[in-house]
Amino acid sequence: MAYLEIKNLTKRFGGVVAVADVSFNVEQGTLVGIIGPNGSGKTTVVNLISGFLRPDSGHIIFKNKNITRLRASRITNLGIGRTFQMVKPFYRLPAFRNVVVPLFSPRVKHMGGHYGEKDSIALDILEDIGFERDSAVPYKEASILPHGYLKRLEMARVIALQSELIIFDELYSGLTLAEVASISPLIEKFIEQGKTVIMIEHRLKELFKIAHKVIVLDQGKKIAEGNPKNIMKEPEVRKAYLGVELQKC
Amino acid sequence: MMTTAQRKERIDRPIKAVTDDIFCVSSFREISYLIFPRVIPIIGLVLISIFVPLYWKKVMIITFMMAIMALSWDFLASCGLVSLGHALFFALGAYSSGALNHYFGFPVYLSIPLGTLSGAFLSTICLYPALRLRGIYFSMVTLITPLMLLRVVEATKIMGGTEGITALSPLPALPYTTTLAMLALWVAFFGLRRFINSDYGLIFNALKDNDRAVEASGLNIVWFKVQAVFIGSGIAAFCGAFMAHYYMSVGMSAFALDLSVFPIASSIVGGVGTLAGPLLGTLILSPLSEALRAFGTFRIVIYAALLGTFIAVLPEGLFHYLARKYHQIERWVEVSVGISGD
Repeated sequence: MAYLEIKNLTKRFGGVVAVADVSFNVEQGTLVGIIGPNGSGKTTVVNLISGFLRPDSGHIIFKNKNITRLRASRITNLGIGRTFQMVKPFYRLPAFRNVVVPLFSPRVKHMGGHYGEKDSIALDILEDIGFERDSAVPYKEASILPHGYLKRLEMARVIALQSELIIFDELYSGLTLAEVASISPLIEKFIEQGKTVIMIEHRLKELFKIAHKVIVLDQGKKIAEGNPKNIMKEPEVRKAYLGVELQKC
Repeated sequence: MMTTAQRKERIDRPIKAVTDDIFCVSSFREISYLIFPRVIPIIGLVLISIFVPLYWKKVMIITFMMAIMALSWDFLASCGLVSLGHALFFALGAYSSGALNHYFGFPVYLSIPLGTLSGAFLSTICLYPALRLRGIYFSMVTLITPLMLLRVVEATKIMGGTEGITALSPLPALPYTTTLAMLALWVAFFGLRRFINSDYGLIFNALKDNDRAVEASGLNIVWFKVQAVFIGSGIAAFCGAFMAHYYMSVGMSAFALDLSVFPIASSIVGGVGTLAGPLLGTLILSPLSEALRAFGTFRIVIYAALLGTFIAVLPEGLFHYLARKYHQIERWVEVSVGISGD
């Protein structure tokens, strides 16, 4: 049995088939990338796995448990954490208070991560991902933080939740190369800790450096799956990304 | 060469630490700067409620109850739940308490707390279907439910029908009632403020900012919305229960539209999301609407024009405006100026 098993997942929005009969497996401790052109259904797959959308048909099995129709909060408490492509901080709260909210979840209580003062736990988590404790940054209202910090704040949430399967939805989008370089080691650290990571990404170069397996979606269908070194050579993938090659006459 | 000069400095600058709610205080002068705006309203209200004539003491009771209603509205609004029908909570509290007193013979000191709890419980049940949805459905359901229940009471003649339930047990004599009402106001105000600023209250703040992120934090948003509605409607239901015994009757007027509009109006005049704002708004609007009573129906026009002016001129609310002005107060300080040269 695979760690996470996606079987024949389909989701329609009105007449549009956003995800069509997609199946793939994710093994524990690996980093899987999901790529594809705009509108290929990547984010919908994430929303389906994390419970923010209900599939029209198909199954999602996580650690031998069918999680297909569970509430998003239940799925989170089972250990699947996600970030959002459009960052979703609590704008009126100071940055470190953003991280206090997930500390109230049943999962954190169950795992014993809530002992001690919540504010200082939150500050510890933020310090590990680049919020200097002694600077003013962690105390600033989230609404005035720069985009790079908001992306880190999304990461802080899944760290606080101690999720074992983490789904990053376009974590690198809108970040500078320097910011990407500073976040990549954090993701590699998750893998070292034995966690499993799924990354939705448009920045293929950075993704292929760290991914073990890549899944390519196009118009809701899975068109390829395999090693990041060879995946771009597949004709289907080239067609989706670059268009049809002109016939030489 | 050194000389001294004077320059202006904001008083709050050296006091404020990194965040807005932590202060470093080093002198009695600075302590008084912080305490003054917090203590003056309390002392002021106590003095006013002691020294005003009898008629205005009665107005004070209504004002305090309306202030509690506005606090309840503001609390729900800061959880992202905008209520357009606070009369529902008020009426359910009033009818519960009235029925407990009249039909089951509970004394006042039991029927008010039990009526509060039962009002909160019934309100939460009424609104539960809307809590499962995201978006504006909560507001729509709160708007329509009191109108529906009003007609149900009228048509089925339950709870006394159009005549209502009369001859309820009275509250204690007037000075005590005023004190009770004021105590209730301070309990509601400081209780809510403490709650919303606690770690647990943080989740309710977060609910307004981003309910999806709360869900992604492993917290069931429906359950937290249920808690918010229970607390918010319970506070408003208390006002209903209290007023039912104060008037010694409860009738269909408990569903009146002004009870829904007034908390919204005072919150907007005072400043939404601050708790102190709605309080300030009610303390202005409620006596004002009483003072304008001499104009008869024309007072509605004055009232509405005033409200419109406030919204147009001070959309942030009076409290935010006053707080900003207070923080901008400056004082002269001596600074030494060194001038280099030969």
